[in-house]
Amino acid sequence: MATYDFLFDNLGLRAWCDAGKTGDGPLSMADLLAKANGPKEASIWDLPFPSLDALNDACGRVAQSRDLTKGVENAFLAVKNPLQFVLDPITQPLSWILEFALYTFDVTPWWLMFPILMLVVFLASRSFRMVGLVVACLGFLALIDHYDYAMQTLAIIFVCAFLCVLMGVPIGIAMSRSNTLQRLTIPVLDMLQTLPAFVYLIPLIFLFSVTEPKLYGIAIILYAIVPVIRLTDLGIRLVDEEVIEASDSFGMTDRQKLFGVQIPLALPNIMAGVNQTIMMSLAMVVIASLVSAPGLGVLVLRGIRNLELGVGLVSGLGIVLLAIILDRVTKAALNRINAAQKN
Amino acid sequence: MLHRKIKAGSALTNSVKISIRDLYKVFGADPQTALEHVLNGASKADLLEQYSHVLGLSDINVDMRESEITVIMGLSGSGKSTLIRHLNRLIEPTQGRIEVDGDNVLAYDEAQLRTMRREVMSMVFQKFALLPHRTVAENAGTTLKVRGVAQREYLLEAHKWLSRVGLEGFDKHYPHQLSGGMQQRVGIARALTSNAPIMLMDEAFSALDPLIRTDMQDLLLELQTELQKTIVFITHDLDEALKLADHLVILKDGQIIQQGEPQHILLNPNDTYIEDFVSDINRARVLRVRSIMTTLDGTNAPSNAHGEVDFDDTLESLISTSGGDTSHTYLVMRDGAPVGTLDMKNLVKALVPRAASEAGARKY
Ligand SMILES: Nc1ncnc2c1ncn2[C@@H]1O[C@H](COP(=O)(O)OP(=O)(O)O)[C@@H](O)[C@H]1O
Ligand SMILES: [Mg+2]
Repeated sequence: MATYDFLFDNLGLRAWCDAGKTGDGPLSMADLLAKANGPKEASIWDLPFPSLDALNDACGRVAQSRDLTKGVENAFLAVKNPLQFVLDPITQPLSWILEFALYTFDVTPWWLMFPILMLVVFLASRSFRMVGLVVACLGFLALIDHYDYAMQTLAIIFVCAFLCVLMGVPIGIAMSRSNTLQRLTIPVLDMLQTLPAFVYLIPLIFLFSVTEPKLYGIAIILYAIVPVIRLTDLGIRLVDEEVIEASDSFGMTDRQKLFGVQIPLALPNIMAGVNQTIMMSLAMVVIASLVSAPGLGVLVLRGIRNLELGVGLVSGLGIVLLAIILDRVTKAALNRINAAQKN
Repeated sequence: MLHRKIKAGSALTNSVKISIRDLYKVFGADPQTALEHVLNGASKADLLEQYSHVLGLSDINVDMRESEITVIMGLSGSGKSTLIRHLNRLIEPTQGRIEVDGDNVLAYDEAQLRTMRREVMSMVFQKFALLPHRTVAENAGTTLKVRGVAQREYLLEAHKWLSRVGLEGFDKHYPHQLSGGMQQRVGIARALTSNAPIMLMDEAFSALDPLIRTDMQDLLLELQTELQKTIVFITHDLDEALKLADHLVILKDGQIIQQGEPQHILLNPNDTYIEDFVSDINRARVLRVRSIMTTLDGTNAPSNAHGEVDFDDTLESLISTSGGDTSHTYLVMRDGAPVGTLDMKNLVKALVPRAASEAGARKY
């Protein structure tokens, strides 16, 4: 006896329901519990919501909720192979690049790495204070033997942020030139930005092998590419109308205008996007340790899994230090550009 | 006393450089249909209210002559910017003809248009429109850089014109390090560097302080006596218009309500709108001897003249020469030869504002 029997009886669908009955479907947990407790007196307080499962009890023709999850899974598995066939070769270079970067950061000795990073920081920020900050932070991490982990994290961020900029800036430029494209792209960007970070990993785990670096590479890039696209689009759209008009009036070609005027004037916004992209890469690379991304995130994960409080907290501090130096250095570079363009 | 540059006398003989015929511009979703309504007599207000299209320009006919400054004047929203942007096709007309040196500009394809913008016309903007990330010299050289001139060459040319507009030694500065007046000098240098015969100036001095503005006007006139460009200058300021114009075009709601020699318009305004405009003007400072003198017409110079004045002198300077004595008569000289006489009584009459303007003046 099921609660909603009366519904199908009154609608005259009983025969249809019974005809479709192919014996009881698999029992749900609730069914088992009900069996164990014996028949209960029906009361208005126990009235179940007419969900798929409740209706299925009354009429075998109605699908069960578990069929939905099963259906999604089957659909996904059905497209998995063709999708893999296409995506695997395309994304393979990402694995190579990540492996190469991890390898390079690994084999470069610290006494070579420090000067290189100092030089990069100085070129970006033109500030000795910034170089000092970076040396202090990295020096501390090295002192507590977190240097290798920090370098792995940095390597992944460098690669992913670089690829984000490489792809995001052209996409942003294309968006700024076409309102249609902008309208089509913004919902996708909104979705990428609102999806919880973990959800990125689920379809990717199915598509790619967990042992491959490209799995987390793709997750990080999808998550972190949004701000650089948005801000490139915005930056180019915000370029002073009169300057664009002037460029046209001097007979600039579209190319001259794009590279000589629009991109340079949008650079402060683009750099703000790059800053955010780097910070989001860092956030994602920690989460991606769930799918075998190396680096400080692995230690955090160990802290959680094994309840090793100290390990988790110290590596968390390491991530904060990395975040600080990445943020400060990119902001310093941004300020330098802003100062040069002050109107 | 303001020092004024004396303009080339009668320039009517100059050939037509830019000719605009029957030009209409309607902004909106379906300008062609809306234009039909305009041609059938709908006004700017009608068009906006009933068909939600904006009438930008209506029935514009202007000849802009070589080596002259044509000033287009009107209140804000009267269509001045729209008009000047038609000349280099930053805005495309809905209907009409535009010819430069007898060539139909509207028939140009993209490459021809670009060539014209690079070599024939250069533009100066109200808010300067300099590139903030480039140095002053790089900015001034933009017009040559666009054409593919080598950097060393265009920086040299830019340097030359920067010195010419009074910015010697600022080559390596950035625009934000300069005052507004200096930035606009860069804007002018940039237009001059292109060596184009036509210069378009959209409210080029409107963003500047009054004193700096006067300096810039003087600079422009000084450059003009030497360079003899065809200049299209836009302003909403009548003083500026009268100071610069060889040919004055007055726009209102997208239509030309009067055009001609500025002194002539000042003495014979044909519309209350213009009378209102000119009623606030210091007539003595603007009117010139040549506009109100009595021509000699072959008769000999009278012997009783109290002195000689130049053809292009302002009435203000003559009043101070005469010490305010209205009984004097002066002999008007042009290029050293007598061309007319001026009775001080006529001068006083010319200073009387038109009666109709008195009432109208209060409206604004
Ligand atoms: N792109 C446009 N779309 C719609 N209306 C416009 C556009 N550009 C100018 N207008 C209208 O055309 C008229 C003239 O504008 P404009 O030429 O800028 O005037 P001005 O330069 O004399 O102040 C104004 O009513 C303005 O609102
Ligand atoms: Mg304007």
